[in-house]
Amino acid sequence: MDLFEYQARDLFAKHDVPVLAGEVIDTPEAARAATERLGGKSVVKAQVKVGGRGKAGGVKLAASPDEAVARATDILGMDIKGHTVHKVMIAETAPEILEEYYVSFLLDRTNRTFLSIASVEGGMEIEEVAAERPEAVAKTPIDANEGVTPEKAREIVEAARFPAEVADKIVNVLVTLWKTFIEEDALLVEVNPLAKVASGDVIALDGKVSLDENADFRHPDHEELVDHAAANPLEAAAKEKNLNYVKLDGEVGIIGNGAGLVMSTLDVVAYAGEAHGGVKPANFLDIGGGASAAVMANGLEIILGDPDVKSVFVNVFGGITACDEVANGIVQALQLLKDKGEEVTKPLVVRLDGNNAELGRKILSDANHPLVQRVDTMDGAADKAAELAAAK
Amino acid sequence: MAIFLDKDSKIIVQGMTGATGMKHTKLMLADGSNIVGGVNPRKAGTSVDIDGTEIPVFGTVAEAIEKTGANVSVLFVPPAFSKAAVVEAIDAEIPLAVVITEGIAVHDSAAFYAYAVSKGNKTRIIGPNCPGLITPGQSNAGIIPGDITKPGRIGLVSKSGTLTYQMMYELRDIGFSSAVGIGGDPVIGTTHIDALAAFEADPDTDLIVMIGEIGGDAEERAADYIAKNVTKPVVGYVAGFTAPEGKTMGHAGAIVSGSSGTAAAKKEALEAAGVKVGKTPTETAKLAREILAAG
Repeated sequence: MDLFEYQARDLFAKHDVPVLAGEVIDTPEAARAATERLGGKSVVKAQVKVGGRGKAGGVKLAASPDEAVARATDILGMDIKGHTVHKVMIAETAPEILEEYYVSFLLDRTNRTFLSIASVEGGMEIEEVAAERPEAVAKTPIDANEGVTPEKAREIVEAARFPAEVADKIVNVLVTLWKTFIEEDALLVEVNPLAKVASGDVIALDGKVSLDENADFRHPDHEELVDHAAANPLEAAAKEKNLNYVKLDGEVGIIGNGAGLVMSTLDVVAYAGEAHGGVKPANFLDIGGGASAAVMANGLEIILGDPDVKSVFVNVFGGITACDEVANGIVQALQLLKDKGEEVTKPLVVRLDGNNAELGRKILSDANHPLVQRVDTMDGAADKAAELAAAK
Repeated sequence: MAIFLDKDSKIIVQGMTGATGMKHTKLMLADGSNIVGGVNPRKAGTSVDIDGTEIPVFGTVAEAIEKTGANVSVLFVPPAFSKAAVVEAIDAEIPLAVVITEGIAVHDSAAFYAYAVSKGNKTRIIGPNCPGLITPGQSNAGIIPGDITKPGRIGLVSKSGTLTYQMMYELRDIGFSSAVGIGGDPVIGTTHIDALAAFEADPDTDLIVMIGEIGGDAEERAADYIAKNVTKPVVGYVAGFTAPEGKTMGHAGAIVSGSSGTAAAKKEALEAAGVKVGKTPTETAKLAREILAAG
């Protein structure tokens, strides 16, 4: 889960990473009191989970509480790369910035360990710096069980050639940032820029944090960080039902079991759709291993409720789950929806293979539902579903 | 021969006495796996009757190894307790630990992987979040259905569970030497490269099928490895061409990997290494058939 800047700031503050004061607001008028609390001037910063907001005009200085209200009025509702600004952070203005650095900790999948990235050339161009002059960016592996001790932090400081006068302060930032990374179960903590200001202090001016949702069991407080407003209504409804669903922009609704098979199903449908006017998958939905009738009904309900969906492809490989259970699930799901008064009008193409496939196919044939068609190969079924979607 | 698992493998199950553990221990036994014990400190000294087979429950992995000579552990331990269970398996120096559990926090898997490395890699970890591995006709360690296919000469390595089953089903008439589900988590103990190296060395494998999916750069590195080290034919499949682009945040990801991680980039890398890549699982199976038919 990616966090907003203000949430990252709050987590940094909780773990003693030096940050400036700031608070989040969602109405222009609230900018006045917030700016007054900061002594009468502030920086108004759009809160969007995308880079480049400064260039897009999403960060503005306000010299007075009135000006903060005006700037917040401009920025709230602004569109930045497809993200609508619903919140702004009213932040303390930074003292004069002398230098901008970059530091982060993240998971290094390739080496199956954690990694520190640090550079004295931070700022908006850090990716270009890394690409053009890799020697200006120090990458230091961190042992997951040893972590970042002050000694390790000093090693990073030396590798990145931080100036001697800020070395101790950078060590402090690294140790506290690592604490944030570990104690919050983060996948990424990034500070950019990490600014050296006129007073000689080093302050995290902007940051990104991404948290591991698998670790939510030890972080009940992370629930408050979830941005419920941003979720697509279908995705929100699916989440309520514990379904692994992602809305896409095509016409063929997809239900399958297992993330890999469902991803493959999307590809096969898009590939088949090329011959049918370019129809595409409308969603990703993995109903997992035990595809009970209730889970199937929940899944079908979400997909059939999507106005973009013209046909549905149910693609199941019975591994541990038996296909007869899945077939019964589909039949019962259609009945459940009917009983709820939801009329099903979209055609369903069902492909069942694997464990008890014959039995499952027979159940579907016997049920003889007018909207359900059986096609017994994955490629053939994808083609049929694409054809039906194109014909609608 | 086979890779990582054969008829002589003696398997213990950590988390055997839970519902999932019981269900799959039963299925593994039905497939002929030699299950020699379960581990649960609260039920140590008892035993469980599974379809007429009496399976003893030990308090620790070390005790189970001492009493039974076990050399494989399959873990069905809930995510919150998985790190401790894997660390216990590593401390007991079991040669192979197959971690089926889905949803383990990355900080936990990074920690137990680092621990295994610090202990000299005496324990090969497969997974987490994987279906395990099967050597048809000999042994099954995990949740791969044992009745999809038969012994044969294709080796399979896959990030995805259901795609493993699909591919075994597509090529069920030919059969498999071993099929290994390595798992799709960010940190996994056994990589595509580890399995490719083992299949290359296995005299009973003639062709390797490799299934990848979007994210990370494991497939790109596997392609590089294949170009340099694998002489056997390799057929590939990559899932996720139409998957929505993952939300990348911050700059660190781009700085560290340099690879886009897209399915297209992976396919391109594999093809550049001489791997034939299918557009669908069925087409991939067809490519494998053509190569085997051409001898």
